[in-house]
Amino acid sequence: MTDLYQSQRTMRHLRKTALQRGMIAILDVGTSKIACLILRFDGIEEPGEADGMGSMAGQSNFRVIGAATTRSRGVRFGEISAMNETERAIRTAVQAAQKMANVRVDHVIACFSGGEPRSYGLAGEIELQDALVRENDVARVLAACDAPDIGEGREVLHAQPVNFALDHRTGLADPRAQSGNRLACDMHLLTVDAAVVQNLLYCIKRCDLDLAGIASSAYASGIASLVEDERELGAACIDMGGGSTGMSIFMKKHMIFSDSVRLGGDHVTADIAQCLHVPLAVAERIKTKHGGVHATGMDDREMIEIGGDSGDWEKDRRQVSRTELIGIIRPRVEEILEQAAERLDAAGFSHLPSQQIVLTGGASQIPGLDGLASRILGQRVRMGRPLRVQGLPQAATGPSFASTVGLCLFAAHPQDEWWDFDIPAERYPARSIKRALKWFKDNW
Amino acid sequence: MQSLSRAAPYRRDPAPSRWAYKMQRLWLTPAFRGFMRFGVPLLMVALAVGIFLASPARRESLWGMVASAKEQVTERPMFMVNLVSIDGASPELSDAVRAKLNLRLPQSALKLDLDAIRVTAENFDAVARAVVRLGAANVLQITITERQPAWVWRTEGGLILLDDTGHRIAGLAARADRADLPLIAGEGANQAIAEAQAVLQAANPFANRLRGLVRISTRRWDLVLDRDQRILLPAENPVAAVEGLIALNTAENLLARDLTSVDLRNPQRPVLRLAPAALDAMRAAHGITVPTETKS
Repeated sequence: MTDLYQSQRTMRHLRKTALQRGMIAILDVGTSKIACLILRFDGIEEPGEADGMGSMAGQSNFRVIGAATTRSRGVRFGEISAMNETERAIRTAVQAAQKMANVRVDHVIACFSGGEPRSYGLAGEIELQDALVRENDVARVLAACDAPDIGEGREVLHAQPVNFALDHRTGLADPRAQSGNRLACDMHLLTVDAAVVQNLLYCIKRCDLDLAGIASSAYASGIASLVEDERELGAACIDMGGGSTGMSIFMKKHMIFSDSVRLGGDHVTADIAQCLHVPLAVAERIKTKHGGVHATGMDDREMIEIGGDSGDWEKDRRQVSRTELIGIIRPRVEEILEQAAERLDAAGFSHLPSQQIVLTGGASQIPGLDGLASRILGQRVRMGRPLRVQGLPQAATGPSFASTVGLCLFAAHPQDEWWDFDIPAERYPARSIKRALKWFKDNW
Repeated sequence: MQSLSRAAPYRRDPAPSRWAYKMQRLWLTPAFRGFMRFGVPLLMVALAVGIFLASPARRESLWGMVASAKEQVTERPMFMVNLVSIDGASPELSDAVRAKLNLRLPQSALKLDLDAIRVTAENFDAVARAVVRLGAANVLQITITERQPAWVWRTEGGLILLDDTGHRIAGLAARADRADLPLIAGEGANQAIAEAQAVLQAANPFANRLRGLVRISTRRWDLVLDRDQRILLPAENPVAAVEGLIALNTAENLLARDLTSVDLRNPQRPVLRLAPAALDAMRAAHGITVPTETKS
């Protein structure tokens, strides 16, 4: 795990460099589209807003100066399946965004939805040496968390301390400089398939870019589309993407669970293409133009021209009613939502005090989805759009850009992760100079 | 059967090639961009100039062109100086200055170095100040302020005229030529002209008897009167000493007596030296007999 710890620290360092230079790129590698935003950081964050959000929701210090979206290629289920194609798509997006911003970016923060994310809740506990919590005590308690068996070929994507407890007091956001005898912490660990991360890393490297951070897109879209009180009181965000549907549960401003269903909008398109015998591009067009989940009597009379290019007059003049189309779309959407509900139930979402569910992502734009979702997921469902960010083009403000915008916020306000704290001295190998230096640093 | 409608055109790959992508990124690099916009044009110009000047023949012709163009401008009649007029100096001095300047006229005004001309004129001892300017009708006007002789300095090399700052003006053949000027003598006398002036002014009451001032050891002054009388003044504050002497003279008519010197170097105690005859007379009056010294 130390290897990953080091690479995450390197990324953290790169991110700091990029923020100092004031320029960073955001790359959302999705199944249906690849979006690239270029952020310019200027101005200093106003102090005193560490706790509550300011009027600009804490995002007044950056501005989107370049944005580009391109059709994704070579990505399936949020994972890279054809490296060359994906590299080309990333190059297209990055080049267009650079052209718009008229700057060159070297550092990029990426997010992806695949890799079968799995959540683990860890707990650790230490006795404090002197009844006062110091910086290295936090690192020690994080290191004291019992590491679960995350399986072969998996890597840790996020390891965020979500709660600290000092003696009998729990729910501390920052235990430093408080007095007590026993420090305990809860940590949320998110692991993904290592090969997926490696592929993404390699792909970005081939575009001459440095990866300065990596995040799960379910987490990012949760940051962007949940409002402040939802994140505080507890809510789930369901990001319905093209190839996979990500879920993240937030509580007390921290993500406490994340999972994904490998079903998405592309499956709906594939269903339409199969049932109507049309190419995928036509199916996509029909879905976005006429799609829906609730059939009414009006829809029986609304005939949709399917069109075609076969040369067979009968085939090229086919028509379907909108009801038939809805009959194709609805079972698949229900399946996605049911699977999501299943995962949420498995995570114990029903035990949370607040049952708010926010639907976002490109596939959540089907008309009437909120009615269907409230039947499956519960009454408190709303459609979410990402926060507004300065300089974001109008075309990129829809729900399909939730994780892109979330990644901007992630770049501007990174949450403390395990690797942001120094390794405690005990973890270094004995007789190393680093250990001696660390001991000196801690004690003087 | 093939589709009757127009076949789908070949769709170009929208992705930039790897090289296009790299070139765009390179072009967006500020340092590279600055280099291409300013460095490369500068280098190109420098290269072109270098290639042009590499051949000696072209270099020669270029310099020749520049020189002839310069000549054409400077030799125009409106810039030519034909006449030098020297004002404010005696005829001898102005001739000497003219000879020293040795200007080849007519000459272009643009080539004249007025400052150098001024310095040359001011290098003459007799010239206190020279103003050089190009007057109307391109006449080179040199206005000279001459030094006024104020002292005659007798040195081992002969007589020298000095102005009131002690600066040499010219040599003098005979003292009688400038009998109106006071005489000074001694090494370094010209360094202390101001003091000499003050002493001379103070000694005005017996000016008719004054022969001159002698600088002793570049330190103090002696007043030399007629009848070989000498008044030794102190190095410090000689004017006060002279004034004291005048008071004594008024009271006792001191200088009319048969003295060879009055030593005022110690202000508290003036010392008189009598002439031998007067000394004998005084001793006789006091009834003192001194055995006559016989020199072996």
